[in-house]
Amino acid sequence: MTKAKKGVTFNHNPLLRSELPAWRPRFVLLCLLGGSLALVGRAAYLQGVNDQFLQAKGESRYARVLEVPATRGKITDRQGDVLAVSSPVKSIWAIPEDARLNPGQVRQLAGLLEMPVQEVNQKLSVDKDFVFLKRQVSPELADRIAALKLPGIHDQREYRRFYPGGDVMAHVVGFTGVDDKGQEGIELAFEAALAGKPGSRRVVKDRRGNVVEDVQSIRLPQDGREVALAIDNKIQYLAHAALKQAMLDHKAKAGGVVVIDAKSGEVLALANAPTYNPNNRVKLTGDQLRNRALTDTYEPGSTMKPFTAALALEKGKVTANTIINCAPGRMTIGSATISDAHPHGALSVTQVIQKSSNIGAAKMALSFPPETMWKMFDDLGFGSPLKLGFPGEVGGRLRPAKNWRPIEQATMSYGHGMSVNLMQMANAYQVFARDGDIVPLSLSRVDTPPVHGTRVFSPQTAREVRQMLETVVQPGGTAQQANVPGYRVGGKTGTSMKLVGGHYANRYVASFVGIAPISDPRLIVAVMIDEPSNGKRYGGEVAAPVFAQVTGGALRTLGVAPDAPLKPLQVARGAAAPVVREAM
Amino acid sequence: MNSRLDPRRWLHYLLAPLDGPLTLLILILVGYAAVVMVSASPERLGTLALNTAVAFSVMWIAAKTPPSRMMSAALPLYAIGVLLLIAVALFGDVSKGARRWLNIGVTRIQPSELLKIAMPLTLAWYFQSREGMLRARDFFIAAGLLLLPVGLIAKQPDLGTSILVAASGFYVLFFAGLTWRLILPVAVVGIVGIGAIVAMGDTICQPGVDWPGLREYQKHRVCTLLDPTSDPLGKGFHIIQSTIAIGSGGVFGKGWGKGTQTHLDFLPERHTDFIFAVLTEEFGLAGALFLVVVYILLIFRGLFIAAGAPTLFSRLLAGALTLIFFTYAFVNMGMVSGILPVVGVPLPFVSYGGTALVTLCLGVGMLMSIQRHRRRVGT
Repeated sequence: MTKAKKGVTFNHNPLLRSELPAWRPRFVLLCLLGGSLALVGRAAYLQGVNDQFLQAKGESRYARVLEVPATRGKITDRQGDVLAVSSPVKSIWAIPEDARLNPGQVRQLAGLLEMPVQEVNQKLSVDKDFVFLKRQVSPELADRIAALKLPGIHDQREYRRFYPGGDVMAHVVGFTGVDDKGQEGIELAFEAALAGKPGSRRVVKDRRGNVVEDVQSIRLPQDGREVALAIDNKIQYLAHAALKQAMLDHKAKAGGVVVIDAKSGEVLALANAPTYNPNNRVKLTGDQLRNRALTDTYEPGSTMKPFTAALALEKGKVTANTIINCAPGRMTIGSATISDAHPHGALSVTQVIQKSSNIGAAKMALSFPPETMWKMFDDLGFGSPLKLGFPGEVGGRLRPAKNWRPIEQATMSYGHGMSVNLMQMANAYQVFARDGDIVPLSLSRVDTPPVHGTRVFSPQTAREVRQMLETVVQPGGTAQQANVPGYRVGGKTGTSMKLVGGHYANRYVASFVGIAPISDPRLIVAVMIDEPSNGKRYGGEVAAPVFAQVTGGALRTLGVAPDAPLKPLQVARGAAAPVVREAM
Repeated sequence: MNSRLDPRRWLHYLLAPLDGPLTLLILILVGYAAVVMVSASPERLGTLALNTAVAFSVMWIAAKTPPSRMMSAALPLYAIGVLLLIAVALFGDVSKGARRWLNIGVTRIQPSELLKIAMPLTLAWYFQSREGMLRARDFFIAAGLLLLPVGLIAKQPDLGTSILVAASGFYVLFFAGLTWRLILPVAVVGIVGIGAIVAMGDTICQPGVDWPGLREYQKHRVCTLLDPTSDPLGKGFHIIQSTIAIGSGGVFGKGWGKGTQTHLDFLPERHTDFIFAVLTEEFGLAGALFLVVVYILLIFRGLFIAAGAPTLFSRLLAGALTLIFFTYAFVNMGMVSGILPVVGVPLPFVSYGGTALVTLCLGVGMLMSIQRHRRRVGT
């Protein structure tokens, strides 16, 4: 109805009959002018007023500072044999949006990558601008994929660590993650040195991320330093092989061997079992990964006794020949009773060590105040980590002296009621190998060995205990299987029950810590076997043979002159005889 | 025989139908397009030359065609156009979610292009035929003629083309004297509507809110215009990249072939709809102003021709065609610089694309014909 009404007005509109109405073109011109002004205004705004912002935006779209990866430094053993090296690999990545592949191409790609077609499809369908299809493939494979010229599929250069030492060196060297950063062992401990400093480069990139132009190099990459370890490839292998054999022979749960150069404090070998292959970590368990010699503590047991004896000698409480009554093999302190594994009668201090009498050690320990004993333990490096820089290193348990009850002081004298790791044990035996002082241990090669360390005992005390240690491997001692043909060796066995849930269970840790050669000690070898369960359980039966094997091989490897006649293999020596030899 | 082979006579024969100023302006624009194309997409120069040749031939033929013959071709063209549009709706090929193309065996055609010229032609013809006895009813009939193809095109959906076709028809209605009482309410509703959309952009652009009559992608285009950064990698990508291209050009641009947005593949559709961004990035505000000035000269010339046209038909046609050029240019530059939503409208005579160039040159040819025949068809 309204339309009809309007129709009337149209009919009478004089403009309809006129030529092109004059004001209409003017109006149109006005509109044109307005429109043009709006456009010019907008352009002027964008280009004149807002241009700085937009120019920066533009630049931020194409200018990129690229990181130029530095090559990670090699890790070698003390002779320069390579233990870890970076080799170039490629990683295949994709821009899913650009990767419009037909099913045939996807099948081809999946076949080359050895991945299920479904997985490739799934990765290519994610709503991201970047996705890794597969990392660390060989450069040859990457070239074959590049040859397919698939849209949206790219590769980038990366480095992959290769560990020639394999499972032998696994715990020492550790490994790097997929992004070439250290995750375990030396790779982590020396990350800063090994990684180097990545350089950077300014480039122009297009929307697809292709580098179009190299603008300038801001900083050249600084390759990582080469790290030479103290580890000796051959000794490490000996330790690994001997430990592996012992693990099999005794059906043990775990174990560790540490070899230290007593002259320099260098760690020549550090083997753990179970171990793993760092080049293939697919099925890695936490159990395999543990560097037990540093991260696990155990009650050291009788391997502690020589320190008790040394302290008693040092403080003038006893001499090597002082007789201690150890009968009847039991002793009550307060409400608790301690006992010897095999009852003994009266024993000299030397014999207390040789036959490993708990009562003898306890009686010596109770002759000095707790603080004295605590200070010795502390000086020996117990109770706090050695700070070798290794990840996960622990310090063991050593309670403050003021809380010690006599029974505790007594049990600590033979290595119970405290805990240590194997490396600490080996470290502490320096006092016997080095005439009473301790130098800091080092995982990396030491080119100028320290002359003097921290003194704990006098040289005289150290020598006397060294004689006692030698008797342990002689007839009548607890570790005759520790003997090494051609060398005089000494050491101390340890057999401790394991605490399981606060109670001592019928599980054992068998250990042996020894030094060789006695005439001028060069090596400290510590062996620990956790839960031997094939009948034998004493340190003398389980750990001592490993010591003998490793020590013999290591001494020959190092070219240490024999200090004992080769034949007969075992010479019965009296307690006084070594003193004479030592004097020579 | 001799005289026919005389080159000067041939030249005269070739140039006679052409309008000097219009030809010059079109040559400037096409030349400008070629210069920009060398930077944006040099491999397309050959096709550009071919397209230009075809388009100029069409322009020449149109310029030689007297307006009276155009008038008689109006209704058949319109009918064919509408029939093809219906055919598209029924059997058209779907591409990118829209049914715009008709496969006629040899090639695919986009019938909506035809309507861009057929629409003003038909309406101008209609008003010419009703000259002197124009009634309100005629405006409604004309509106009907206009809305039928516009509706079909909008349904494809192709918002850009339907707006252009609607605009071309509206210009005819406007010049024919459509009353303010009808224009004003529509204009007011439009302005209020746009104002409301801008004001309530945050609310109505929430996902899940349906806009009556518009597709989801059309809603997105409007919403991205209001805030391109809401979806910088998706719907807002075009606007953001082109705004950066324009803005980073500065007053004199980065130089020919040195546009980073263009050459590093950030700018989408750089040889077609977004060529204005390439041009401003490389030639700056100066280059853009130059283009705008050329367009304004073109439009002045068109309006001058319209003003001098002897018949209602030619007056309406010339006016509408001229304004269509302006609309193309304004909508395109507006969308590339981010003041209008992204609708697929090319930059006239500059954007790469054969169909659009031919259509535009056909329009220019018609203008030339109207100018040339202004005295021959007496009143």
